[in-house]
Amino acid sequence: MSASSAFNDEKGGSSSVGEPEYGHDPASGGIFSSDYKRHDDLKEMLDSNKDSLKLEAMKRIVAMIARGKNASDLFPAVVKNVACKNIEVKKLVYVYLVRYAEEQQDLALLSISTFQRGLKDPNQLIRASALRVLSSIRVTIIVPIMMLAIKEAASDMSPYVRKTAAHAIPKLYSLDPEQKDQLIEVIEKLLADKTTLVAGSVVMAFEEVCPERIDLIHKNYRKLCNLLIDVEEWGQVVIINMLTRYARTQFLNPNINESLLEEGGGGEKTFYGSDEDEDDDDEDDKEKKAEAATLAKRKPYVMDPDHRLLLRNTKPLLQSRNAAVVMAVAQLYFHLAPKAEIGVIAKALVRLLRSHSEVQYVVLQNVATMTIKRRGMFEPYLKSFYIRSTDPTQIKVLKLEVLTNLANETNISTILREFQTYIKSMDKDFVAATIQAIGRCATNIGEVRDTCLNGLVQLLSNRDELVVAESVVVIKKLLQMQPEKHSDIIKHMAKLTDNIQVPMARASILWLIGEYCEHVPKIAPDVLRKMAKSFTNEEDIVKLQIINLSAKLYLTNSKQTKLLTQYVLNLAKYDQNYDIRDRARFIRQLIVPTEKSGALSKYAKKLFLALKPAPVLESPFKDRDHFQLGSLSHLLNAKAGGYQELPDWPEAAPDPSVRNVEVPEWTKCSSREKRKEKKVEKPFYSDSEGESGPTESADSELDSASGSESGSGSEESGSGSESDESEEGSESEQESEEDKEEDKKKKKKELKKPVRESESEQSSEEEEETKREKKSKQRKSDSESESDEEEESESESSQSESEDSESEAEVKKKKKAADSKPPPKPVKTENKKEKKEMSLLDLDDFEPSPSPQVTPVNTFMSNSLVTDLEGLSLSDSVLSSATITPSSASKSYELLHRITGEGLSVEYCFSRQPFSPDGNMVAVQVQFNNSAASETKNLHMEDVKLQCGMRVKEFPEIELLPAGEAATAVMGIDFCDSTQAANFQLCTHTKKFFVSIQPPVGELMRPVFLTENEFKKEQGQLMGMNEITERLTLDAKCRNEHTIVQRVTTAANLSRVPCGSDKECRFAGRTVTSGSLVLVSVVTKEEGAAQLTVNCEKMVIGTMLVKDILLALTQ
Amino acid sequence: MIHSLFLVNASGDIFLEKHWKSVVSRSVCDYFFEAQERATEPENVPPVIPTPHHYLISVLRHRIYFVAVIQSEVPPLFVIEFLHRVVDTFQDYFGVCTEAAIKDNVVVVYELLEEMLDNGFPLATESNILKELIKPPTILRTMVNTITGSTNVGEQLPTGQLSVVPWRRTGVKYTNNEAYFDVVEEIDAIIDKSGSTITAEIQGVIDACVKLTGMPDLTLSFMNPRLLDDVSFHPCVRFKRWEAERILSFIPPDGNFRLLSYHVSSQNLVAIPVYVKHNISFREGSSQGRFDLTLGPKQTMGKAVESVLVSSQLPRGVLNANLNPSQGTYTFDPVTKMLTWDVGKINPQKLPSLKGTMSLQAGASKPDENPTINIQLKIQQMAISGLKVNRLDMYGEKYKPFKGIKYMTKAGKFQVRT
Repeated sequence: MSASSAFNDEKGGSSSVGEPEYGHDPASGGIFSSDYKRHDDLKEMLDSNKDSLKLEAMKRIVAMIARGKNASDLFPAVVKNVACKNIEVKKLVYVYLVRYAEEQQDLALLSISTFQRGLKDPNQLIRASALRVLSSIRVTIIVPIMMLAIKEAASDMSPYVRKTAAHAIPKLYSLDPEQKDQLIEVIEKLLADKTTLVAGSVVMAFEEVCPERIDLIHKNYRKLCNLLIDVEEWGQVVIINMLTRYARTQFLNPNINESLLEEGGGGEKTFYGSDEDEDDDDEDDKEKKAEAATLAKRKPYVMDPDHRLLLRNTKPLLQSRNAAVVMAVAQLYFHLAPKAEIGVIAKALVRLLRSHSEVQYVVLQNVATMTIKRRGMFEPYLKSFYIRSTDPTQIKVLKLEVLTNLANETNISTILREFQTYIKSMDKDFVAATIQAIGRCATNIGEVRDTCLNGLVQLLSNRDELVVAESVVVIKKLLQMQPEKHSDIIKHMAKLTDNIQVPMARASILWLIGEYCEHVPKIAPDVLRKMAKSFTNEEDIVKLQIINLSAKLYLTNSKQTKLLTQYVLNLAKYDQNYDIRDRARFIRQLIVPTEKSGALSKYAKKLFLALKPAPVLESPFKDRDHFQLGSLSHLLNAKAGGYQELPDWPEAAPDPSVRNVEVPEWTKCSSREKRKEKKVEKPFYSDSEGESGPTESADSELDSASGSESGSGSEESGSGSESDESEEGSESEQESEEDKEEDKKKKKKELKKPVRESESEQSSEEEEETKREKKSKQRKSDSESESDEEEESESESSQSESEDSESEAEVKKKKKAADSKPPPKPVKTENKKEKKEMSLLDLDDFEPSPSPQVTPVNTFMSNSLVTDLEGLSLSDSVLSSATITPSSASKSYELLHRITGEGLSVEYCFSRQPFSPDGNMVAVQVQFNNSAASETKNLHMEDVKLQCGMRVKEFPEIELLPAGEAATAVMGIDFCDSTQAANFQLCTHTKKFFVSIQPPVGELMRPVFLTENEFKKEQGQLMGMNEITERLTLDAKCRNEHTIVQRVTTAANLSRVPCGSDKECRFAGRTVTSGSLVLVSVVTKEEGAAQLTVNCEKMVIGTMLVKDILLALTQ
Repeated sequence: MIHSLFLVNASGDIFLEKHWKSVVSRSVCDYFFEAQERATEPENVPPVIPTPHHYLISVLRHRIYFVAVIQSEVPPLFVIEFLHRVVDTFQDYFGVCTEAAIKDNVVVVYELLEEMLDNGFPLATESNILKELIKPPTILRTMVNTITGSTNVGEQLPTGQLSVVPWRRTGVKYTNNEAYFDVVEEIDAIIDKSGSTITAEIQGVIDACVKLTGMPDLTLSFMNPRLLDDVSFHPCVRFKRWEAERILSFIPPDGNFRLLSYHVSSQNLVAIPVYVKHNISFREGSSQGRFDLTLGPKQTMGKAVESVLVSSQLPRGVLNANLNPSQGTYTFDPVTKMLTWDVGKINPQKLPSLKGTMSLQAGASKPDENPTINIQLKIQQMAISGLKVNRLDMYGEKYKPFKGIKYMTKAGKFQVRT
């Protein structure tokens, strides 16, 4: 074997003192000369033309590195081979480079160009590996190159390269922390990535570079929660830990009411510290301020749906095979879940106890902390913590700790019986720990105190000194609780002084006798006599206790002990240890009255023989939970470097709407403009938005203003779009001014509308197309049932105070509109008009309103398409065009934000029309809007970057776009049936913008018409791997056939297939490029249960489509 | 996260080091050696050791300490779990994970470590992906490589890393398509002096060896899935399907893997397959002790109890043991005081016994601790909990695979206190 021979060859060569040698080769004599020679040899091999020689040389070198030998002098010879064709040589050179580049910075630069070339390689894996090595070379000069490479890779179309980019971020950060700001931008961008591959790595980068920037998580929170189960296990751990911290800052304590209850009822323990109670008070105060009269009672706690989402999505991970993942979920539940739900983690943690002893060690530490706060959780698993003689000592001691924490009145007898057997163990350290544990049980549980004490006294006659000593120490503590009853035990222990040698035990006995000398008046002076005799031979702690004993006896029984005391004090005066000399001097002054002695000596008795409180035997794990469980800091009970504190729960929940992912819509423009003027000081991270995918939303500055209604009560978490928000604001403001009861009722009704709007908003965020008008109209009927709670209006009004007011006139108009209670749609349009009136000055931003412009066209088009195709299909004509129309409304995505585009905003939507020049392309309708003061010329696209196979048909150049005008163009993209983004540059006569278009999977197909039989036949051929079935519970509002059809067709460009059963809806389509069939069927059952089946040859498309449709149907 | 890794052998030599960030001097291991000296037993070295600038997290496997150097906060289990995964990978690659095997394959080890961590964060830990990247050394391949100069490093780029099923490689081909499943259950029990059970539970695993062509989609269903109380899955198992239907549905990894491990709910009474009659006593003043042990089958459902091995740590005062086994052989190590008795198969007609005397240190007082007896055993063709696989189906591929299911019961941590 080549590697092993390399080993042997190497062995004789470079050896330094203290270096371990393996299978020493006696033949290797001359050390240094041969060393140099051998390296020459290697150099020669590296310079040769043969790959096999190079490989052999590299293997030897790597073997040297592995053993920690210095091979740095070979650097020039090795670095030359960085461009070697042979993959293994290349890999080994990389290993070498990463190891030594830091030491040989100048030479390392020689290799950089190879990696730069690699970064441009068409193969994603080569790009990734080039970036990986480039970023691992710790050479400061190349920081700018690395930065550039990372930025480029972060927008690479391959998720694997993006993952590598995420890995590179902390490397660059550790090399040059000054790059932090730029790196945060990259992190922000990668956080918006939707692939599971990237999620774990980027969160890891986030944790290392900017864990304090919790605001970056808001927009990605829900996505991370939803992706979590599919992320690789190491990423899961990092994400869960981060989300725990996030949740602590964003949600309310779910146990807040309960802790209050317990306080009121005088419960055994308050689970949360006193500061929590203060929080409650503060909150109450605020409430009072906000609305004095109404709320005398506390408001009931309602969990934020996002909080629930986190708990729900992490729970299955308790079943992971990875102990770290299980632990991460366990700590998340411990820190975040309501008390009633924490129990689920116990079983999983107990399961981990079957694992390797290191895993047990860590898990038991955490269980020990948990048992202090939540004892009930582990009580059913008491027996799982029983100790086996084969356990390592450190595990035994930890199990003992857990058993002790779990002990209560009901199980103490079984636990004590177990302890009884442990005391006979051969492992003496463990026995000592058991005795300590018995002591703690005795102090905690009054009923068994005497039994324990008797048991411990019996141990005093044990043959093992360690056992006896430990018992003495524990008995001492127990006796302190009720000394008068146990003078016989004290006598018994006094006798032990003759035999027992362990200093701590001797000291304990002496202290006991001194403290309770009244109970043993005859024995005490005798003990002192013996001790005085052996004083000089004792350990320091014993000496101190002898002095202590003599002082106490002198005070109570000076007649008998005066001389003895003086003798002891004299001995101590000349002791070697200054502590003892010091103590002797101090005590002599105190107890022996002289002329000079002051007032203190009068109180000597009180000083020495004061009643002392009994010690509390506490678990060493008490209060450890202020560290995040599962962390290194918790394990060590000391803050480790880089530990992020677990924040306390907030007093009041921060605005939950920050997590809403908004998709820009045309209607938003005017109010956005307004808001911008008001809140300029808010940070605005919009630089990267143009390039990023559709999930990213730039409107972070708006969020603070949005309503908090969802957080306080209703089921829906989203907040409305901006126009609605501002509307709400003004309404509630007006309400709070007038403060009339009837108004409130009205407002509630109105509030429902924004909530509804927000629902649609939320679903649209999940990448499905929404027709807002339709939806709200339809929902109107069933959403009346939503209960509005009082605090809703309350928070609403308090919030409105902070909000800038709108003009009175508008408010009145709007009120009028609300009073008449028209259906939502008219209200909306009316509001829009009002806005227009009001914002006449910055009208350029608003005109023209494109949504009415886009929608009718689409409706028309797809309707005609339907009729066209209907003619082709042989099936019955049940298919009414009405069932299909809902799908025709297109959702628009932002391509270029107005700010980034310097006045030019561009949005795109998938119009779902066939793209006439090329049937394999998806038609994308692009809407340009020039809100700048000057005109824009020569709008066209350039520099299209696509993954192989993808094609783009560019839109015709727009010669001129005058200020304030809008224009529409249609382009075609062949996405090759993948959701990879198409990146290109959008050019005007002055500027170029990098933009990308990424299609939702539902847009990658076109509808086809099948008959029921055809459908069944095709479905039969797409079984097994090509079939994905999911069970789901339909959203309450989505249980009729019509809504299902509407939602599915909105999510994906499919057409309905007729079906005999009214319990089943079927859809069919073909992917645009390859024409693979996509079959979807939704079978509804009782109580909203349903089964979704997707059959598609392309598994990836199938799985993605299932996700999208699932979302559409459940949200 | 993980800065460096040092491999330390039983005699305290560092025989391999690997750094993922800046080089950490191996002198950091001195703190580890200190802790090692302090610990009486090798397994008592604390897994986490703080040093002034670093933290050392170590695991002990196969008498090798894997010491990872950490610089800042990281969940300790994260590191521990990773280190165990490293060991598992080595075992998978080299058959054994010994110092010699690692040294023989130092280059492969290095390549593996390089792929498994990037900048200290796990990159590829799935053995199927790793095997695509770096082919495991076989004798044949090593020979071919030395002659032709070809490499162990896969020419193909690992597609698994990019796929939706990262645990399975693509393009797997077998002439014989077979899928074997082993249901192995272990009984953990503590039996007290009088023979009554203090605690007993059953833990089980299903290990699979799947060699199937293409992308098969398997489902495995049980006759009595309710028995399974707490389960943990290989990532390939579709969790939702299990939740809803109690059916294991998965696309298997290629080769050997652990499909799931489970715990049998504690409501069910655990059958204890053997009983032990024991009489171990020491008399005060005498330098002799009596040792008398008899084993017998208890609840075995008619199956034979095989491969029985009894071991016991005798008190320190015992100098030697002079025993007489009715079957099998026994050994006593006077240094560790470990008594082992290899019984073999229990014959219900003629119960195996081990009788004799122990000699104690002259003049020493009688030891007051009682040894515990650890028992290992095997029962073939039976899962003690009664778990039964109902059927195994394959979808997605056309061929008919050969399927096999084997049951076995073992003693896990089975202890009898005396």
